[in-house]
Amino acid sequence: MDLVIERLPEINQAMLETFAMIGVAIPVAVLLGTPLGIWLFVHAPDGLAPRPRSHAIVSGVVNMIRSFPFLILLIAIIPFTRFVVGTSVGTAAVIVPLTINAIPYFARLVEQNITQLGSGAVEASRAMGATRGQIIRNVLLVDAKPGLIGSITITTVSFISYSAMSGLVGGGGIGDLAIRYGYYRYETPTMIAAIVLMVLLVTLVQFAGTRLARASDRRVTA
Amino acid sequence: MISLSHVSTTFAARGHEPLTAVDDVSLEVPRGSIQGIIGFSGAGKSTLLRNINLLERPTSGQVSVAGTELTGLDDAALRRARHQIGMIFQGFNLVNNLSVAQNVELSLKFAGVKDRRERLRRAAEALEIVDITDKASVYPAQLSGGQKQRVAIARALATKPEVLLCDEPTSALDPFTTATVLQYLADVNREFGITVVIVTHEMEVIKALADNVAVMEDGRVVEEFPASELRREGFNPRTSIGKYLLSDGIRLDRSGPAAHGSESGEQKSGQSTRRSPQHAESQDQGQTRRSEHAALAGSAGGVR
Repeated sequence: MDLVIERLPEINQAMLETFAMIGVAIPVAVLLGTPLGIWLFVHAPDGLAPRPRSHAIVSGVVNMIRSFPFLILLIAIIPFTRFVVGTSVGTAAVIVPLTINAIPYFARLVEQNITQLGSGAVEASRAMGATRGQIIRNVLLVDAKPGLIGSITITTVSFISYSAMSGLVGGGGIGDLAIRYGYYRYETPTMIAAIVLMVLLVTLVQFAGTRLARASDRRVTA
Repeated sequence: MISLSHVSTTFAARGHEPLTAVDDVSLEVPRGSIQGIIGFSGAGKSTLLRNINLLERPTSGQVSVAGTELTGLDDAALRRARHQIGMIFQGFNLVNNLSVAQNVELSLKFAGVKDRRERLRRAAEALEIVDITDKASVYPAQLSGGQKQRVAIARALATKPEVLLCDEPTSALDPFTTATVLQYLADVNREFGITVVIVTHEMEVIKALADNVAVMEDGRVVEEFPASELRREGFNPRTSIGKYLLSDGIRLDRSGPAAHGSESGEQKSGQSTRRSPQHAESQDQGQTRRSEHAALAGSAGGVR
């Protein structure tokens, strides 16, 4: 217990690093992944405006990034990371690959959410003379909102876990702390403390996400 | 009001035979009238209805609504034309995460009514037509099927269209609710002079609502007659399908072995034996066709 109290400053620092990583990667992924996911939906071979060839290319790139194990992506894009944030070590250097990985991850979830909605309301909107943009804004995103909040939750939880691998480039974070003290230094109490914090963080994110999603969902009777 | 001229629609899917859903149909719907289109599942009636507002663009032929040839318009002009053509569906097709009022507001938004207060006022007006103002702030999940369809009607009417297209609007509703919805459609037609086209497989609906009837089979309009004929004693439709649709509904053959009751059994071995008693009764080819359709209508009744 004394040991854990002794490590509190480090734990504190690690939590802040985790918040920084997730706090940048997830919002950027939502901001860029949402339009990408919509694009994939709209231009799919059976979508609103099929563009089979460019869809195949974009979809292929998305699959490629998604199939990289995070650890390998982290290393593979080091030159790009250095170009963006000027360094290849530290928290900032981890944020870049985390974000690069999160964008296609979230985009696929967006695409799936919208695809699941069914075509009824879209067809009605077309009959009402809506433009494609109007249909996306007023119908698809509205009905997909609860699902999208759920997807943000899933993405956040997944990337809290991915961020644990940041130690490879000295990125820090609470997961990295657990590995460094627990695995390399045999400080089991510190590792347990770090794990408890991660579990709490994930639980909190999941709880908030579920509550928000439910509050925004009018599709079922309350 | 609506003029279809030699309209054909063919669906070509890779690896499949091209399917001609609508085959050289010409149809005139006078302004202010109610046109019924009846036929079995797969007859092409829904595709023909979608040809009118070009939700499904015909492969060939011309479609004109209110004097505008829709088939000759670019996308933007077509969208503007669609503001004058309301449409309701079997599945209601409401946006489930929007309230009733917001759903109705949507058609006005799409029609380019910029002022939100104006939209809300007109939405309330439309909800009044179908007597559902008390549900304005409720979400679709809390409505019954009949109420959902009334909201859909309000949504279609909010832009004050000249034409209302109805795709099996009562097929998901019970007979009592069906009557209510049809009453609103009749009222709307009478009060506002809106031209109505209604597609259905229920002759009851046609009898209650339509002025003119078109019977479809295999993508073609095989017969047209004024709906008043349906009430005339001794009216005899020309085609077998028309005769069947006018008959007393589903008649099952209960003479065969019970094991043949399933659909597959019927198709495999039951055909000749089970059909024979009815074939013996039938006098003309129309009667034979009728018994063939009995099984078809019985199994396809619930399916779109």
